[in-house]
Amino acid sequence: MKILVLISNVPDTTTKIRFTGDNKAFDTSGVQWIINPWDELALTRALEIKEAGGVESITVANVGTAATEPTLRKALAVGADDAIRIDAEPKDAFYVASQLAQIAKDYDLIMSGIESSDYNGAGVGGMLAAMLDIHSVSAVSGVSLENGAFTVQRDIDGGNQKVSVSAPLLVVVQKGIAKDPRIPAMRGIMMARKKPLNVIPAAAVEARTEFLGYEMPEAKAACKMVDEDNAKELIRLLHEEAKVL
Amino acid sequence: MNFEFTEEQLMIQQAARDYAQRELIQDVLERDEKAEFPERHVKNLAELGFLGMMIPPEYDGGGMDTVSYVLAMEEIAKVDASVAVIMSVNNSLVCFGLNKYASEEQKQKYLKPLARGEVIGAFLLSEPEAGSDATHQYTSAVDMGDHYLLNGTKNWITNGNSASTYIVMAQTSPEKKSHGINAFIVEKNSPGITIGPHEDKMGMRSSDTHSIMFTDVQVPKENRIGEEGFGFKFAMKVLEAGRIGIASQALGIASGALDRSLAYSKERKAFGTEIINHQSLAFKLSDMAVKIENARNLCLKAAWLKDNHQPITVASAMAKQYAADIAMEVTTEAVQIHGGYGYVKEYHVERLMREAKLTQIYEGTSEIQKIIISRSLAK
Repeated sequence: MKILVLISNVPDTTTKIRFTGDNKAFDTSGVQWIINPWDELALTRALEIKEAGGVESITVANVGTAATEPTLRKALAVGADDAIRIDAEPKDAFYVASQLAQIAKDYDLIMSGIESSDYNGAGVGGMLAAMLDIHSVSAVSGVSLENGAFTVQRDIDGGNQKVSVSAPLLVVVQKGIAKDPRIPAMRGIMMARKKPLNVIPAAAVEARTEFLGYEMPEAKAACKMVDEDNAKELIRLLHEEAKVL
Repeated sequence: MNFEFTEEQLMIQQAARDYAQRELIQDVLERDEKAEFPERHVKNLAELGFLGMMIPPEYDGGGMDTVSYVLAMEEIAKVDASVAVIMSVNNSLVCFGLNKYASEEQKQKYLKPLARGEVIGAFLLSEPEAGSDATHQYTSAVDMGDHYLLNGTKNWITNGNSASTYIVMAQTSPEKKSHGINAFIVEKNSPGITIGPHEDKMGMRSSDTHSIMFTDVQVPKENRIGEEGFGFKFAMKVLEAGRIGIASQALGIASGALDRSLAYSKERKAFGTEIINHQSLAFKLSDMAVKIENARNLCLKAAWLKDNHQPITVASAMAKQYAADIAMEVTTEAVQIHGGYGYVKEYHVERLMREAKLTQIYEGTSEIQKIIISRSLAK
């Protein structure tokens, strides 16, 4: 049983977002990069499944330039066994999924975060499953391995659904899949030095989308405080100014 | 000259930051209020490897350098100086000294569990009558042939009750003055050891500080560290390196206060604008940032010297004195920036101010550091 966890390299969630002069690209200067939070939770769950037994190895994979290697090495430090970096600048979901399809064939379970916290595309997991022609389940909040098959839990309106799926399987995971991401221990950081990080060349794939431009959201209006015993004024403001009543 | 950190150093900094911001922050106010030892956090930090992080892996340590240690200490102390001092004492005063000066048997028996953080250690030098003047040790260690007999009292001992392993300095040959002092590894559960009450401190309230009394405590000969009479030199060498830990702790207290002051002053409005736009406060923040950057550079320089096996006596004294003094200044200003809110516990800065004060006092007061620095200038 082998697990592959797809890792996006994203700006720290507290990053102040700026764009280049022509508004066509994200300004990466001074940005601190982290493992995409959903992917980090996927990795945490993968480690838990491995610790419960029956899993041979966990591989982490990323499509990115050499600058993303610290993110992969952190994944190795928290417990992944090896890492693959496909040497390419990620362009769009189709491009990334196509690159990953080269290396994702031999895994029993592939885990992908529901979206990356930078572009929020939410496309790679489903596309990759289609390219590999394997089962996929989305919006997954629980996955466990029982007698060689996977029991997958997904959140649906007003409850949750349990699905039993055989390998190979791709799960697109969301909040709830694991509690907290793990912090690497010194021992893990030391061991990460020796774990393999294989770099493979990008496949010749054309991106299918183009970023035309970005816009910042409008600044939030100032907050108006209404005295707690002045409900009439609150209703008037909601009616006349906010026009929501 | 290279001011860049390695990928590993940054990973350790981030790991410490994640633990502090995610875990320590949750109960730091409550532990301060109740003066409660952070048992859960000590256990977690041990599992992460932070309690013996500079000890080589063959003795079960993390095998990291001193620069990483400075980065980690700053992050922990930003949130919780009590946890930082527990970590500093175990790493710098206990593990460092044993790794450098203890025998192979002593390392196998005592260093390994300390480096794993399974047990923690304490460093017993100060006495009721001997603080800054450590040459006059009244605790005696009489050579009885196959063992030493310890009698006396040690004061202000960090980890006093929670430690299992004590490193104790005591006088064996008073006629030889400081050259008659020995350092011993003493197990806390040895018969004849009495632990005094928990000191009710102004700050760092969740670290446990006690006085420890020795009454006819037998210490095996093989528990003496180094040659006969090596104890004072041992203590000074250990303290010299330990200052980097406390300097980094002070740095963390200061930078924690700046982080909170920046967040507050970007949010709090007065006279129609965020208070950071008022020059009187903006300049305060600017002064704080410059002082912190200076302190950080002094800490990292001392750490770099240590990692490169160069003399650190003056560098670590400068780092400790400067970082401790600016921690006091910066935290005082942080309270001022917060106004009335700064004076209540919820906003943390009053606690940081109480914590900063101790960094000017323990592990060599600021005045003692100035003696060390000025003596080197006078040479």
